[in-house]
Amino acid sequence: MSHTRMLLSGDEAVAQAAIDCGVALGTGYPGTPSTEILEHFAALGGKAQWSPNEKVALEVGVGAAFGKARALVTMKHVGLNVAADPLFTAAYTGVSGALVIVSADDPGMASSQNEQDNRHYAVAAGIPMLEPANSQDAYDFLIRAVQISERWHTPVLLRMTTRVCHSKTVVTRGPAVPAPPTAFERDIQSRVMIPAYARPAHRRLRAKLAELAQESEKTDLNTVVGESTELGIIANGVAYMHAREVAPQARFLKLGMSYPLPMQKIREFAASVKRCVVIEEGDPWLVEAIRAEGIAVEGKPEMYRFGELDVARVRRILAGDTSPEPAPPRGKPPALCQACPHRTAFTVFAKLDCIVAGDIGCYTLGVLPPFQAMDTCVCMGASITAGLGLRHVLPEKDARRVVSVIGDSTFVHSGITGLVEMVYNPPKTGHVVVILDNGTTAMTGLQEHPGTGRTLTHQPTGKISFEDLARSMGIRNVHVLDPARDAEGFEKLLAQYLASNELAVLIARRPCLLAAGKIKEYEQAAARGQSCEQCSG
Amino acid sequence: MTSSKVTNVVFAGLGGQGVLKGSDILAEAAFAAGYDVKKSELHGMSQRGGSVSSDVRFGREVFSPMVPAGEADYVVVLAPEELESSRRHLRPGGVLIAPDAVDAAALPHSRSLNIALLGVLSTYLVVPEEHLLAAIRANLPAKVLEVNEKAFAIGRQAGKTK
Repeated sequence: MSHTRMLLSGDEAVAQAAIDCGVALGTGYPGTPSTEILEHFAALGGKAQWSPNEKVALEVGVGAAFGKARALVTMKHVGLNVAADPLFTAAYTGVSGALVIVSADDPGMASSQNEQDNRHYAVAAGIPMLEPANSQDAYDFLIRAVQISERWHTPVLLRMTTRVCHSKTVVTRGPAVPAPPTAFERDIQSRVMIPAYARPAHRRLRAKLAELAQESEKTDLNTVVGESTELGIIANGVAYMHAREVAPQARFLKLGMSYPLPMQKIREFAASVKRCVVIEEGDPWLVEAIRAEGIAVEGKPEMYRFGELDVARVRRILAGDTSPEPAPPRGKPPALCQACPHRTAFTVFAKLDCIVAGDIGCYTLGVLPPFQAMDTCVCMGASITAGLGLRHVLPEKDARRVVSVIGDSTFVHSGITGLVEMVYNPPKTGHVVVILDNGTTAMTGLQEHPGTGRTLTHQPTGKISFEDLARSMGIRNVHVLDPARDAEGFEKLLAQYLASNELAVLIARRPCLLAAGKIKEYEQAAARGQSCEQCSG
Repeated sequence: MTSSKVTNVVFAGLGGQGVLKGSDILAEAAFAAGYDVKKSELHGMSQRGGSVSSDVRFGREVFSPMVPAGEADYVVVLAPEELESSRRHLRPGGVLIAPDAVDAAALPHSRSLNIALLGVLSTYLVVPEEHLLAAIRANLPAKVLEVNEKAFAIGRQAGKTK
């Protein structure tokens, strides 16, 4: 099957490469634009699983790589914030096998709450970073990342962006790269990060990065294209593709391995042209690193830090054009589906004049008309905790208006510790948490999670019961209801608890209408499976 | 394939109309015909009924995956309310294929408008019909195939008699 020409998205290309190089385990949490990697990996026969959140996913991946396996961990950019804790120390411990972490950044925020530039993480944690520019790169670089990880015993960051993840481009597969057998080798001083062992580990990490900087000078991941002595362009990721289109006559230094940077190569490149421009999306990260070495290069005007780059914007950057850009036409904004079960909840919140501490998911659309019934949304899980903070400080009559609203998948991801906080530090006026449980991770395209009781491939597995969990924490007022069927009952219950000093969890349960049909199919398949087991057993 | 020119197509409509399916089919057909192909769109929030557009570019060598503003050779619009904002994609002299390019009443199903308009588009393109039909068959479930093959034929007829 090698050398097959295929048309793949960047996400699919990473999955195909993971299959071709024998990745033993893929873990992650769904997040646009990274979600399709693990789904495609599973569809191709790989072992892939959704974790409750990115920190868990990365730690499972770290363990697999301690066992000499090749592990792939995927997440969107903000997911790496959640996984930052294991990331920084895994850079110290290193790995026995391979550990590749995909961070899918979202410049322009097609579907995210910020446009943070995760290239900073490679520097901050001290791990090498590769940046594909298209699907062929995504395929090749995943395999190269595995090889770098195994050779230097380090986690590697494969930093992608929305346009690389979701654009389909042509990929030619290479030969399979068989994985070595898994094994546990005891290495206490490398793997147990007590201060006495961590101090030398930090020194080893810096020595490793010095070696990797030498590798970055030599590797063909960093390539020079073109002959011009007039215009030189240093670019990474999809920005390289835009720039090739805008300035086909220019000389290019394409940085596929962007940390550690090949500073000698960059210095020589800059010296080989009259004008040298750095074209990068997001923060002025490359240009600042290069200038810090005393190399004179042009960057982009500040206005191009915001949003994605494209051909028109790269053209403007090269022309030094800082005139106002034409405003993109306002398309029709997304909205909660007409028959979405979440609609009732937001209608009731608005009617009761609630202060709504919201969260991340489809239901964030409750902020838009006709509801406009959301007052805060920061990050996964912050509905519960930010709601508690508001309750602690607001005058009593306003404190009683505060309700926290969170989806089922988000609750599993980061809401459980918020409930613990609520029980441990209850506001004087009590608090009400509404879990909108539509039985799926709807926003990212209907993925399973621990609350659905089904695996990534929709097979039955252990199931977390939110009501049992809340009760086990000592929350006495736990109700499961269906607001779409009984709006009045939901309103009455909510009003009752807002007026009380009690802690309450209201679970509004009704399947997402986009998922309901599929959920029924999975349940029927599971029932058939069970009855077959009974027959044969 | 001797020309170095890249063909730029933008599909636009609303979430749920099959914008992405239409562009997937064109991209695969152009790919099967041997072209370098890039296709790009934004997922995520667009699934909730908002505006969706998808870019397909093919030729001997394609760099950026996105059709630059004002450089589309063809813009295929599935929703009347997206017509106005979609014009900005078009190059001077480019072709706009509007939702009324086919007689909606003649379509076997309203959901097959994407494939019908793809049929209209196909009469302008060098991508062979057999590759388009193969891509339709590869991308749609068997139970809706007949409806969509008919819609494609209606679109081609409308395109040829334009």
